Amino acid sequence: MSHAPHGPRALDAEGLAALVDALVAAGYRVLGPAVKGGAIVYDEVASGKELPRGFTEDQDAGRYRLGRRDDEAFFGFAVGPTSWKRFLHPPDLLRFRASREGHGFAVEPADGAPTSLALLGVRPCDLAAIARQDRVLLGGPYADPAYAARRTEAFVVAVQCTEPGGTCFCASMGTGPRAESGFDLALTEGPASAFVVEVGSSRGAELLGRVPNRPAAADEVAAARAATDAARGKMGRTLETAGLKEALQAAAESPRWEAVAGRCLSCANCTLACPTCFCTTVEDTTDVTGGRAERWRRWDSCFSLDFSYIHGGSVRRTPSSRYRQWLTHKLASWHDQFGEPGCVGCGRCITWCPAGIDLTEEARAVARGPVPAKAARKE
Amino acid sequence: MPRREKPKLAVFKLASCDGCQLSLLDCEDELLAVAGEVEIASFLEASRAVVKGPYDLVLVEGSITTPHDAERIHQVRRAARFLVTIGACATAGGIQALRNSKDVHEFARYVYPSPQYLETLNKSTPIVDHVFVDFELRGCPVSKRQLLEVLSAFLAGRKPVVPTYSVCVECKRRGTPCVMVARGTPCLGPVTQAGCGAICPAYERGCYGCFGPMESPNTASLARTLGDHGVDAPGLVRAFRSFNAGADPFRRESEIHEQT
Ligand code: SF4
Ligand code: SF4
Ligand code: SF4
Repeated sequence: MSHAPHGPRALDAEGLAALVDALVAAGYRVLGPAVKGGAIVYDEVASGKELPRGFTEDQDAGRYRLGRRDDEAFFGFAVGPTSWKRFLHPPDLLRFRASREGHGFAVEPADGAPTSLALLGVRPCDLAAIARQDRVLLGGPYADPAYAARRTEAFVVAVQCTEPGGTCFCASMGTGPRAESGFDLALTEGPASAFVVEVGSSRGAELLGRVPNRPAAADEVAAARAATDAARGKMGRTLETAGLKEALQAAAESPRWEAVAGRCLSCANCTLACPTCFCTTVEDTTDVTGGRAERWRRWDSCFSLDFSYIHGGSVRRTPSSRYRQWLTHKLASWHDQFGEPGCVGCGRCITWCPAGIDLTEEARAVARGPVPAKAARKE
Repeated sequence: MPRREKPKLAVFKLASCDGCQLSLLDCEDELLAVAGEVEIASFLEASRAVVKGPYDLVLVEGSITTPHDAERIHQVRRAARFLVTIGACATAGGIQALRNSKDVHEFARYVYPSPQYLETLNKSTPIVDHVFVDFELRGCPVSKRQLLEVLSAFLAGRKPVVPTYSVCVECKRRGTPCVMVARGTPCLGPVTQAGCGAICPAYERGCYGCFGPMESPNTASLARTLGDHGVDAPGLVRAFRSFNAGADPFRRESEIHEQT
């Protein structure tokens, strides 16, 4: 990434609130942290005053507990149940309506251009996840216009990680805890909510110029970097990725798939919580009169039977085949398709699995398990 | 495209509470549109006027609990071109299938002063155990949105969009943080079929399983998870033994915990 147009700046708590208000004033729909349903989710933020302070959480496999900190930090937590794909790649999207007219029909396009989004508090793993989805949804010859309409103009305020959560393993996946690019502004929260701000784009610089800020002192910048460097050693999980793709692809018959299927609920939570999973289904419906029809696109999951239904039945009938599809796509065949893994190490699938299945543990077990001799060979 | 003749719709009720039929009346705004598209030939909940069969579409609410109904359902089937069962009673035996694991005659003695006049079967069974069913719509009660979808699909001659995956999918689409993970609240959502829109978790309750087993329910794993959240064996029996007690995966899981 090229160098930021400005040196690092500093912002205090009021400055952060002013930044949110400046985004709102600029016409953005600002999305950021909110406390809802016993968790820190991402939701609409109407003004800078609304930002929650002093929250944290405790995460482990199948377990999340909201908690209070003994300070008033704005970003003293890791990632929660929401991922940014909720806004960039919405769970339910009307594609068009059609109505009968004489012997034919007329198609009305769905909602016009969506309001520009500003994403506040994007963690480095999630920046990487957005980049993964960019590649999938915009990269090929058939770009997804709905994603493009939301993504292209989105203003990104990243927050560097200093306190990883119990299921985080971005350091293993090379996606965090510090992001060097992919943002308009990136904040590192220091003691007493003093932020060091890195500027990643000219519009980031321009927006920052509208709120009270000052140049960051050299020791502040050094402390911010030291905090993210230290975070590297505080990951709740790790995953050895060297040789993992090959080992997983050679382990199609591993007995571990059956073992994990004994625990897996096929509930699909992992895939829907995952910030890189992009699969959707299309539902066509008509109304009672048969005069109107709608086409909806909805999030789908490789854990549903319909997902692999082709005429005559589902290809992946067994839960073990569905779990294998999920894990090997994330960690192995995604490489073949897109030249990188489909997992960014955010840990959501681990935390939000009701059965507490840990992707890092399963990948390890499958990879080291008994595999045919030819598979043990590394490239 | 005007249809030549409106299809005839009939609604029949067996052992049930009427709640599912009420969902049809509850369609309010859409009810007039429905009445415009079908001839409501028999729907005692709505009107005493009855038009004789055969019918193009028959909705059946309720389970089979008496010898009389076990006969009657065959007549209904003969009169129906397309038969759709609606609700947990018709698709799984309903809450009254609680009798299936007990002695119904003992219940009758407690409830009725002269139980010798009762004619009742030992088990409450779903319609599909008796006659061929074209489509089963789950729920206790059914969702009016899904009921309208089934009617619309029937009228258009297409397959209804009624997914069979878990309630969790609806939680996630809706953006509800999982109550089991975030609060330790026991929830049947992972083994329950979607359809309600994940109402209970949205109100910070666990799912009660109103829509019956999802397409590949791993009840054994969920029972272990519920156990981790403090549900004991009698609690597990109760969890799996409610509106869909008679649905095989739930029945089997409840029996396992009864023995422990
Ligand atoms: S696979 Fe799991 S850890 Fe990896 S990006 Fe998806 S949710 Fe996060
Ligand atoms: S791995 Fe966990 S979250 Fe994913 S389908 Fe299985 S039980 Fe559900
Ligand atoms: S609250 Fe229940 S239905 Fe919703 S995701 Fe959690 S386990 Fe599934």
